[in-house]
Amino acid sequence: MSMGKALPHDAAPLHVTGQARYVDDLAVAGALHLAFGLSSVAHGEITGMDLSAVKAAPGVVAVLSAEDLPDMPDCSPSAHDEPLLAVGKVHYVGQPVFLVAAESHLAARKAARLGKITYRELPALLTVDEALAANSRFEQGPVVWAKGDTARAISSAPRVVEGSFEVGGQEHFYLEGQVAACLPQEDGDMVVHSSTQHPTEVQHKVAHALHLPMSAVRVEVRRMGGGFGGKESQGNALAIACAVAARATGRPCRMRYDRDDDMVITGKRHDLRILYRAGVDDQGRILGLEFTHLFRCGWSQDLSLPVADRAMLHADNCYHLPHIRIESHRLKTNTCSATAYRGFGGPQGMVGIERVMDHVAFVVGREPLEVRKANFYRGMERADASGGDVSAKMKGQGSGAEMHLTSRGAAASVGSHDLPTDGRVQTTPYQMPVEDFIGHELVAELERTSDYRARKAEIAAWNARSPVLKRGIALTPVKFGISFTLTWLNQAGALVHVYQDGSVALNHGGTEMGQGLFQKVAQVTASVFGLDVGMVKITATDTGKVPNTSATAASSGSDLNGMAAKAAAETIRGRLAEFIAEKHQVKPAAVKFQDGEVRCAGEVYSWEQVVAWAYQARVSLSSTGFYATPKIVWDRVRGVGRPFFYFAYGAAVTEVVIDRLTGENRILRADLLHDTGTSLNPALDIGQVEGAYVQGAGWLTTEELVWDGKGRLSTHAPSTYKIPACSDRPRDFRVALWGKPNREDAVGKSKAVGEPPFMLGISALYALSDAVAACGDGSGPCLTLAHWRRPWLRIGAWRGW
Amino acid sequence: MSIAFLLNGTPVRIEGEAPTRTLLDWLREVRGLTGTKEGCNEGDCGACTVMVTDAEGSKVLNACILFLPQLHGKAVRTVEGISGPKGEMHPVQAAMVAHHGSQCGFCTPGFVVSMAVAHLNGAKDHDDQLAGNLCRCTGYAPIVRAAEAAETEPVPEWMVSDQVAVAGFAAGEAGVFRPSDSDALAEWYVANPDAVLVAGATDVGLWVTKQLRELRPVAFLNGVEDLKGIEVQGGQLHVGACVTISALREAVKDRLPSFGELLRRYASVQVRNAATIGGNIANGSPIGDGPPALIALGATLHLRRGDEMRSMALEDFFLEYRKQDRKPGEFVAGVSFPERAEALRCYKISKRFDQDISAVCGCFNVLVEGGVVTSARIAFGGMAGVPKRATLAEAALVGREWTEASVEAAAEAMAGDFAPLTDMRASAGYRMLTAQNLLRRYFHDLNGVPVSVLEVAP
Repeated sequence: MSMGKALPHDAAPLHVTGQARYVDDLAVAGALHLAFGLSSVAHGEITGMDLSAVKAAPGVVAVLSAEDLPDMPDCSPSAHDEPLLAVGKVHYVGQPVFLVAAESHLAARKAARLGKITYRELPALLTVDEALAANSRFEQGPVVWAKGDTARAISSAPRVVEGSFEVGGQEHFYLEGQVAACLPQEDGDMVVHSSTQHPTEVQHKVAHALHLPMSAVRVEVRRMGGGFGGKESQGNALAIACAVAARATGRPCRMRYDRDDDMVITGKRHDLRILYRAGVDDQGRILGLEFTHLFRCGWSQDLSLPVADRAMLHADNCYHLPHIRIESHRLKTNTCSATAYRGFGGPQGMVGIERVMDHVAFVVGREPLEVRKANFYRGMERADASGGDVSAKMKGQGSGAEMHLTSRGAAASVGSHDLPTDGRVQTTPYQMPVEDFIGHELVAELERTSDYRARKAEIAAWNARSPVLKRGIALTPVKFGISFTLTWLNQAGALVHVYQDGSVALNHGGTEMGQGLFQKVAQVTASVFGLDVGMVKITATDTGKVPNTSATAASSGSDLNGMAAKAAAETIRGRLAEFIAEKHQVKPAAVKFQDGEVRCAGEVYSWEQVVAWAYQARVSLSSTGFYATPKIVWDRVRGVGRPFFYFAYGAAVTEVVIDRLTGENRILRADLLHDTGTSLNPALDIGQVEGAYVQGAGWLTTEELVWDGKGRLSTHAPSTYKIPACSDRPRDFRVALWGKPNREDAVGKSKAVGEPPFMLGISALYALSDAVAACGDGSGPCLTLAHWRRPWLRIGAWRGW
Repeated sequence: MSIAFLLNGTPVRIEGEAPTRTLLDWLREVRGLTGTKEGCNEGDCGACTVMVTDAEGSKVLNACILFLPQLHGKAVRTVEGISGPKGEMHPVQAAMVAHHGSQCGFCTPGFVVSMAVAHLNGAKDHDDQLAGNLCRCTGYAPIVRAAEAAETEPVPEWMVSDQVAVAGFAAGEAGVFRPSDSDALAEWYVANPDAVLVAGATDVGLWVTKQLRELRPVAFLNGVEDLKGIEVQGGQLHVGACVTISALREAVKDRLPSFGELLRRYASVQVRNAATIGGNIANGSPIGDGPPALIALGATLHLRRGDEMRSMALEDFFLEYRKQDRKPGEFVAGVSFPERAEALRCYKISKRFDQDISAVCGCFNVLVEGGVVTSARIAFGGMAGVPKRATLAEAALVGREWTEASVEAAAEAMAGDFAPLTDMRASAGYRMLTAQNLLRRYFHDLNGVPVSVLEVAP
């Protein structure tokens, strides 16, 4: 069976030979190239715009600004607050103000620099403090979710631990920048090629911009050169610009952002400040905990509400918090609009509670891992396995569906119901029973395989001998909720064709951004037919084939699309089984599809033969498939429900070394153990885990976004924004999959893998914190503590440095 | 312009393009060879890596900041040409598939070219060979596994064919100013003092791709053979201005190992293969890594204008931010420095170890005789508008005993040497404290205390 095989990425032979095609590689005859002219101020009224030099520049065919587009298209995935081009006011440095269409990419870029725009500058809110002071926010006030009586639990606790810290944002740095192309068709229709994780959203936005029904716009996505959340909504503007310019000029239009423009214009991971106050006992058990999240969301709403929600949903991580209050501020600032990024707020929520664990361990004088374990949820073997069917009790609630049905930015609410409470099953802060907690076993296994304890002792001895360099080690766990929190997005469609010659074509709503989704779904499909995966032709995501797709996001790609493709394939297999069974006068269940053969009543036919007969017998060899995730229900206003089908788990041990004189540091070794259920493809899953860890560690180490006092991003290119390079990966890198089946009925009993392992990188931050702590041993403190911008060095603050 | 080179084994001649047309744009837009990708358009990500072969051998370069005239008479091989003529996979390509080295695939062609050239040249220091190729998906581990797996595979014959073909390739006139010796350059530059001299184009390339400047007139220096020499004479290394950082590193790595290591961290292989020491100096950047080390070594700079030559202490060349003691029509001809300096240590502090620009680069060369400091040369990049000596700190050391107390006093004195800036790389406070701490590190280092996180084994 091809499911579960460690096959390479389906496109790997194309990748390595340069044959894999990306949007910018498509030959489009007669195409115009687009570029935006950008705002140079963070907040201001446009008082004048002289575009004569732009229009006169060599190769320029058209120039569009707000006055040319009285019905300004909107690019927002949520609140209709992102005009394609600034209307009257600009809200951040880099906001598109006008659009140039020219005969070449370079000509368009050159011309876009020639615009003379004058502004009356307005006060710009650049920081969370400025936004708070001005009460500049999305939604009326902070979102507060609470469970228990937190104030009393803290005030009556033996010890109180409190602090605050800043968590930086993160540039996606997909290697392929944002890119789109639009090809006008007959009757006003539009074909769009877009590097997007969300083709249906692009279809919807382009249709809206052109006043076309969605049926007149077809969006195709063969592959992206990386997405990481950065292509969930941030590609809308390019596709819309191409569509508008294509309609205006009648010519195909294509647009790609130069890297610097990409980094200035598009959103990034949200940065935030986290404040915490915990009441703990002498063992470090948390009795009550308050979190405040101050999210810097940028100028438009985009996906900030569900991102900040997910941070709240992961403020517990693996820890049972009987009394908890989380207050989340979604602050509106004059900076680029922060957006989806792998983990979607989860990493921000999790890094907060892990900081609390370290801080508590320091205060009570226990080993941090012991404190972590003391706070773990009860294990699944001790919990009531039934947990209760929450969804059955919450069904039939109205929804606040509006325009953006398929975007995570849509605000949804459902009515409220009390959830079942069972004294044995512990619940999350949002009262979801934690039925599948495997943290105890998984962490114990990692502790053993990584030799954590012995190494910790060895490191202490090494540090005592080393006056300049200090090592540190930390183990942090991960529990990540799987499902879109906007419940209705948890659906997917697929389309499977079997041709007369037996070959199979597969299409589904998921997009390929490198994660290997297409291969996994092909493996699922091939397994249904008992075929080798090579028999399944993978085809580009196409809104004309499978409609109403959800974004390939929230790690949901294989869970949703795998199930939809399985359903489609099973429909066809059912018809074939029925057809063969009838010939042999047996039940369809007696027909077996295996190893490219069909067996029935002692006869063995080739797959191709059966398909040919079925075709001649006028049996339909094509089917759609559909899947909707069961069990989930969520009331985001109250913060109560079962937003997740299940949790994915993992844990990491990272060892680092730091130079106390300069803050230079590097990861020496990482041991990862991650839960992907019964893996659909262990090779692809390990690839996701390794890559996510390095990206997560990069977020908390070398990657740093810097804005100047005028709201200009100073780090807008790889020369100044440093993602991990080859030598930054752990020199000793040990990765393993947990391998036990998902207790829920997910495709092949697997678990989603895209985002959860990103948060394994958090262990690097706390290993650095451990190493910083070792600097206080008399060799002298880390002298650069207050001067280096990285948050981890400031972690020493609570230690009185 | 009439530029000729071999492209994947086939001669091409390019007429009518601007001399600042980049190879990447030409490959993708004109030639339709879209395997080579644009990731950053500034030479930092390596997605556009190509193999270039000339008489010196085969090396990797970034096509996004490589102007077509720089390729005149050479052989270029893109990812499409890394596969064999019948479509056979190169061993590194097969290994990348087998070891799951690609995910999104966009960086992959660049990696494949870097790996294939390293394989051709027998290089096995994979972390260094791949430092100029960024991947956001894999975390690099499977790519390195693939590189290791391919090490023992034989080099395919098509990979060496360029070396033979290029030797017999007659490119003819380039149709741009591309002198073949420094006399021709000197004469032309006096007549065209406003011209832009392009050596490796690792900085000038960005003037075109990022600042979108029109450069004219332009002289391409990579044919100036007499400026590519490295000679040892009387204990001094004499290095021509057009010597690449790769070649310089090769020359100094055993003689001056700390300088050699600094040059490894100067930039990625692709950039080191293009960038020249003359360009690094003439550029006058306050954060270039060559000058602090050379100043600490006591280097002498050689300038030429027409037939006039003059020399000066390198530190005297840098007058103020982006202003050098260079007359119109005068160019950097070379630099000389001692071939040995036991006490030289070069420390580069940057956010990332590889392919990054220094926040602070401190180079130390303190001589101690009988426990007393007899001479001190301490130079920094990133601490002022120019590469600059820490003269007060030096003065605080000379004549004193080489002790922790003297070092502390010198570190205190250093506070008067610099008034650094805050920028995206570091704050002023961080820079100052780190500069002082690098002196403390130097003291520990000379005493044999481990000070490099890069040398700690897991």
